[in-house]
Amino acid sequence: MEFALNGEVQRADGPLTVGELLERFALRERRVAVALNTNVVPRSRFDQVKICEGDRVEVIHAVGGG
Amino acid sequence: MTTDNTDTYRIGSYEFRSRLIIGTGKYASFRQNREALDASGAEMITVAVRRVDLAARGADSLLDHIPPSQFTILPNTAGCFTADEAVTTALLARELLDTPLVKLEVIGDKRTLFPDVPATLEAAKRLIAEGFVVLPYITDDPVACQRLEQLGCPAVMPLAAPIGSGLGIRNPTNLRIILETVEVPVIVDAGVGTASDAAVAMELGATAVLMNSGIAGAKDPIKMARAMRLAVEAGRLAHQAGRMPRRLHASASSPEDGLIELP
Repeated sequence: MEFALNGEVQRADGPLTVGELLERFALRERRVAVALNTNVVPRSRFDQVKICEGDRVEVIHAVGGG
Repeated sequence: MTTDNTDTYRIGSYEFRSRLIIGTGKYASFRQNREALDASGAEMITVAVRRVDLAARGADSLLDHIPPSQFTILPNTAGCFTADEAVTTALLARELLDTPLVKLEVIGDKRTLFPDVPATLEAAKRLIAEGFVVLPYITDDPVACQRLEQLGCPAVMPLAAPIGSGLGIRNPTNLRIILETVEVPVIVDAGVGTASDAAVAMELGATAVLMNSGIAGAKDPIKMARAMRLAVEAGRLAHQAGRMPRRLHASASSPEDGLIELP
């Protein structure tokens, strides 16, 4: 299946959880927040919420800003 | 430094002593940012939220240098042009940083970065309904500030000049009218270019000043951070002291009696 992560196309063999996706990019231990198709995924639900074909995932963090 | 520890202000349930709020953008490094922050004495700092760079694994992150355990983090919605974008960004920021605080920015024009006032009001209403503590960046328009106060914003943040312009306090009379119009704290946000600008904002009666480029854009940001700290304190003290009346003509400071009479 294909889905978009921060605007880039990603491939996976089958549905994966948000937690598994974060692990794939070594982001599990980082302070990040996740939106799935513009809905915020609470941290407590990372291991339950599944990413499916065509989903758009955004992983964000804090950066410098005014 | 002789800071008056009792002169605090509140935003919702948050209480602050420092009347200087600083940003974290445009610094040469996280380390320089942190040193400027320490020199400024700021207790609250703004951050932006952006996509993680998937290629930059294991890179340093801002919050490693500015831990939320030590500072009040105020996430912004910078870069948002619609109420929908701002609301989604705020929801993500709340999840990221475990804070109900948000500096609401809904930009109406790319060139000037002036706020979209109707969209800011709309986003403020929705975010307050979601339980956010909304600090809105807004035009120096007393009516817009009043509407935001009526919606439940615990402070308003009128601009002094366009973001990043360093043009200083362009419309002190509007700021004075805003200060007369609303009861919530007024934080002058954007436009401060140097220490005297910050002092002027505080002398007018602003509760606090928020700045980023004024410090980060200086040749020596750490020295400027200290200058801003002193200017904000000086401006606050001058406001509390109450300035002397302006006069058109001179009024001698030395006695006019008892002058030596020369032959």
